[in-house]
Amino acid sequence: MSDFSVDVRDVSKRFRLAHGRHKSLKEKVIHRGRVPHEDFWALKDFSLEVKEGETVGILGRNGSGKSTLLKCICGVLQPTSGEVAVRGKLAGLLELGAGFQPDLSGRENIYLNGSLLGMTKREIDKVFDAIVDFSELDEFIDSAVKFYSSGMYVRLGFAVAVNVDPDILVIDEVLAVGDERFQRKCIDRIKQFQREGRTILLVTHSPDQVRTVCDRAVVLSHGVLVGEGEPGEVVRIFREGLMEEAPGMAPPEPAAATSGPPPMASIDTPDAERPVRLTEISHSYAADGDRPYLRTGEILMLTVGFLTNIASDDVVFSVELRDDESEVLMRTDTAIMGNTFSLPAGPGALEIQLKNVPMLDGEFTYCIGVQSRGGVLYDVRDPAGTFEVMNSGKTTGSIFMPAEATLLAAEIPAGAELLPQQAS
Amino acid sequence: MAAEAAGFSAQEARSNKITRVVTPTISVGQRLREIWISRELLVYLVRTEIKVKYKNSALGLVWSMIAPAMTLAIYFVVFQLVLGNRMPHFVIFLFAGLLVWNLFQLGVLTGTGVIVNNSAIVKKVAFPREILALAAVGSALVFFCFQAVVMAIFMVVLHVAPAVNYLPLLLLALFTAMVLACALGVLLSAVNVYLRDMQHLIEVVLTAWFWACPIVYAFQGNIAQKLAAKGWAQWTWVYFLNPMVPLVLTFQRALYAQTSPTAIVAGKPTTFYVLPTWSWGTYALLDLGVLAASAVLFIIALTVFGRLEGNFAEEL
Repeated sequence: MSDFSVDVRDVSKRFRLAHGRHKSLKEKVIHRGRVPHEDFWALKDFSLEVKEGETVGILGRNGSGKSTLLKCICGVLQPTSGEVAVRGKLAGLLELGAGFQPDLSGRENIYLNGSLLGMTKREIDKVFDAIVDFSELDEFIDSAVKFYSSGMYVRLGFAVAVNVDPDILVIDEVLAVGDERFQRKCIDRIKQFQREGRTILLVTHSPDQVRTVCDRAVVLSHGVLVGEGEPGEVVRIFREGLMEEAPGMAPPEPAAATSGPPPMASIDTPDAERPVRLTEISHSYAADGDRPYLRTGEILMLTVGFLTNIASDDVVFSVELRDDESEVLMRTDTAIMGNTFSLPAGPGALEIQLKNVPMLDGEFTYCIGVQSRGGVLYDVRDPAGTFEVMNSGKTTGSIFMPAEATLLAAEIPAGAELLPQQAS
Repeated sequence: MAAEAAGFSAQEARSNKITRVVTPTISVGQRLREIWISRELLVYLVRTEIKVKYKNSALGLVWSMIAPAMTLAIYFVVFQLVLGNRMPHFVIFLFAGLLVWNLFQLGVLTGTGVIVNNSAIVKKVAFPREILALAAVGSALVFFCFQAVVMAIFMVVLHVAPAVNYLPLLLLALFTAMVLACALGVLLSAVNVYLRDMQHLIEVVLTAWFWACPIVYAFQGNIAQKLAAKGWAQWTWVYFLNPMVPLVLTFQRALYAQTSPTAIVAGKPTTFYVLPTWSWGTYALLDLGVLAASAVLFIIALTVFGRLEGNFAEEL
């Protein structure tokens, strides 16, 4: 019980939402004591204990109280009730480069920012080179910060913060900045911090980051703790919460698939003259229950309704899967699957099973097309629908393959050391 | 909790282990301690403010000397040449009072806006925020030093010698003025977050306050003697409710040095009653009184600041 680094005890934070705030003296006098306001509790009796050396991820929708919590922990905000005990030196990265003076040089700003974060001049002197090194700003360190690009700005901010040598590092969504290489560098530094046994509190929107970095995660919703535990499990809770709270946003797939005229920019043939038209397209999961997402490894079933005008055996249905950045993950068609159809005139339906969905996390779109074997496009739905995949395991990355490891004892040369921790 | 911390020592051997507690209110003692811990930050903030102020100006810091010298020249022209004030070395008298007044005014004026103007850091970085107001007074002190150099030059040029035994009192008066400016700066900077009028109001108040101090006019001739002439001498203490009065008088006594100089005006020797003929001890006692009052005000200011600080982030 005594090895906590951060102990949040029953913290509540109330904000007053005044309706038309009275800032000037005249208004204050006129409306004295009768300022109409509404109480908004950003945090309600929130408790959380973070052990020394632990990395805890905090997930939550916008406005769920994550940032308020971090600010209370850092001491930027004082709670309305309750208290936060912090053991050790704490560095908060609520915003990178907060407190930079645009007119001063990078060098001067390192000293200013470092002392804002609680370092003495001697301490800064010691890590100055490390900061410059990490930020990769050697040539620019003596020019005014206002001439920096936003990437350079952020790099300098992060470099100062991680060199404060904190026992506890509190990070608020700041890792989403900078180019990919610098992001990786930041993550590497965070992992180094972990190895050194420091405590890290991390607010992020990226479930992947939680899974890779954190030992434990919590989910906040409306200022209350709604989930806590293993990162994989918590990410799932977080996702489910997202869907419940925003039903209008999460499953737009059936609506998008069936309503409205399909976008057919490439097809100028009138409907009646096309041999085959797509009608209703839907998807379902082979899984039990009615949860609105698919788990990695399950089967995705697509049902493609169509209407054949002229009986034909020259018909190929194609499927395309894309990720949330419209990157094509897979494209296949019924010809590749080895199916040939001979369709009579009239309505029909086709079921396509995508087995062992290997994606780990995220929202994916699928498109359905129908064409001749020769490639003459009859109809297309782009997108035809979206589905969501959730990863309840601990694997990270973008795809999942069942993996296992076996120790080949006979192959090991005598005297060599075994490194058994390769699994999982 | 301290006991808990002491009882736990396995891998906690790191020497800089301190347990900080964030609570709805922070005691004044803890505030003072945190200010002390952040003293280096204070130095950087002062340095930054001065650097930023004169960045990209060709003359840079020289401006902080030119500006008061120009003000002085204007007062000199108006009072001595236009209005015909014949007080000997009026410039020195004037500058002596202005020195301490400028420190106070600049400290309070910039101090008032300091939380609102630095909202970016106040909202994102945890540090004792009252330090910002202290830094405003700190940079006012730097400008004071530059003006003091101008003053020294004037005194050498005009052959005015200071009252050497009163010089140590300058440090006391200077320190007192800083404590007073800090107290008001801390208090008003917090109030200004909720009442943005404060920034404008304080400018007006400071102008009135300036004329309530014996800086342009002499205390002895224009206040004390006139009150005595009306038989109101026992009410002189009311004038001393203005805490800047003893400080200004101390500066004038030390630097102008003459209490009642004589000069030939229109062929006749005339005596100018400038300063009270109090003893060294009286000056010191008055200054100490103001210092004590300022210190109390500073503690009150910290308490009020603490009460208001909790909602800074949402009001900014």
